[in-house]
Amino acid sequence: MKKIFAIALVTVLALGALAGCGKQGGSADSGNAITGTVVTAGSTSVQPLSEELAAVFMDENPGITIEVQGGGSGQGIKAIQEKIADFGALSREVKEEEKAAVAQEYVIAKDGVAVIVNRDSKVEELTLEQIKKIYTGEITNWKDVGGVDASIVVVSREEGSGTRGAFTEITKVAGKNEAGVEVDNTTKNSLVQGSTGAVMQTVATTPNTIGYVSLGSLSDTVKAVKVEGVAPTEETVLSGEYKISRPFLYVAGGEPSEAAKLFIDFILSEEGQKIVEESGFVPVK
Amino acid sequence: MKKSEKIIEKLILISAAVATISVALITVFIFQSGLPVLADYGVFHFIFGTTWSPTNGSYGILPLIFGTLWVTIGALVIGIPTGLACAVFLSEILPRKWAKAFRSAIELLAGIPSVVYGFFGLVVIVPAIRTYILPIYKIFNPEASATGFSILAGAIILAIMILPTIVSISENSISAVPKEFKEASLALGAGKMETIVKVLIPAARSGILSSIILGMGRAIGETMAVLLITGNMAKIPGSIMDPVATLTGTIAMEMGYASPTHQQALFAVGIILFIIIMLLNIIAQLSMRGLGGKAS
Repeated sequence: MKKIFAIALVTVLALGALAGCGKQGGSADSGNAITGTVVTAGSTSVQPLSEELAAVFMDENPGITIEVQGGGSGQGIKAIQEKIADFGALSREVKEEEKAAVAQEYVIAKDGVAVIVNRDSKVEELTLEQIKKIYTGEITNWKDVGGVDASIVVVSREEGSGTRGAFTEITKVAGKNEAGVEVDNTTKNSLVQGSTGAVMQTVATTPNTIGYVSLGSLSDTVKAVKVEGVAPTEETVLSGEYKISRPFLYVAGGEPSEAAKLFIDFILSEEGQKIVEESGFVPVK
Repeated sequence: MKKSEKIIEKLILISAAVATISVALITVFIFQSGLPVLADYGVFHFIFGTTWSPTNGSYGILPLIFGTLWVTIGALVIGIPTGLACAVFLSEILPRKWAKAFRSAIELLAGIPSVVYGFFGLVVIVPAIRTYILPIYKIFNPEASATGFSILAGAIILAIMILPTIVSISENSISAVPKEFKEASLALGAGKMETIVKVLIPAARSGILSSIILGMGRAIGETMAVLLITGNMAKIPGSIMDPVATLTGTIAMEMGYASPTHQQALFAVGIILFIIIMLLNIIAQLSMRGLGGKAS
């Protein structure tokens, strides 16, 4: 018994000594540069971009640690309310009911939402009006929009998703009803998938499907249709010719810390915006 | 020695307390987060409302309850006969050394992560239903949905997922039936099948029933696999080929992006799920007592 205690004691002491060493070494290295931890949490659409930006930023500023967490746009607002994150990441505009929690708002990138169909589809082009009618259930057969005689299988994202919010708002699938209340009119007869990957997989493997994903995730397994005659590309999103696009936001609950300020300056710098572009999104500067 | 015993006793007490307190905390947390919405919206409207559309302020979860029940029932209809037959085969028919290999293969099923089952369902079961079963079904119902995302797909995957539970517990309780029962039955001139059906299974019924209840619990609570393959359409289904949304799937899928009220509503869905599972447990325990849990 005594022996075990002795060994445990020695181990604890040794660890303590080591930890002390680490601390001293760390502060000596970084000199008088800014140190600290910056936490971002929120939209899973913004998360891959944030991680990319954080990796490069941390290489250049070894004293600062960036922690990137997901959770969703709603979680981003919650995180800054509860002060567990410096920045909340949103893939949509700040909602009216959330405005009180937001002190600072930074647009860090733009993202287009591509409308996709199964590769075997004959349809190449749709208007915003046609997309709206398909998603509200007014048009249910492909032959009405220039395709073959087959029922349209509508694939949608889940309620509350940022991509869905952006898509329904821009295509007017969501709109005010007679009472003046904002209503999402997506047809009840739509398959719902909980992630971009699942939507892609569903549209790629199921005949006669239509769905929507963010431009950065587009791949050859599906076909992106032209909207109002414009194909979804970075140039057309930035120029505004492609109609279905949305902002990526960083929001803060108060004045950002020094380290956080450094990070946001980096994102909006030429170098940061280049990373935005390389990640498949559209730079804002 | 006495001192160390006391320390160990305290440690065990702490572990037991942590387990109990966690259950209590989770219950309190779920109810605290969900009850405001239930109170505001009305319990009756919440449970019997047929429109689930949180963005528009409609929180009727009847379609989700139907979805969960149908998928679970489907899984049990496929899983119980298969599982029971498999258990009987392993314990009574297959030679011992072969049974060992079979058993470990089935136990392996329990170790596969559920998202892998879901992906398997998405790339194999759903297209298979679309190509082979839907054309036949369409002869009788030309208006049917044509995607394969359906109750049937969910039920098949869940049936596979609950097999290890049903097989291993049923098999144990069949093996535990006293040898004399079997010998007496055979001595009276009953055949092998007669012995199995009329003596062994009835004698092991309480173990079999508890295996089914555990399997059902898993089927109701399963989230990831079902989420990927049932289509998540919050509409009361008309047939087993229709897509459905389940209680667990909806919570998992919508929690991430939910606005504050929507999030509370999802916790309220959690309360209903909680109550459904409690009720099933109570019913199960009562019926087990009714059957007289003697033989296992």
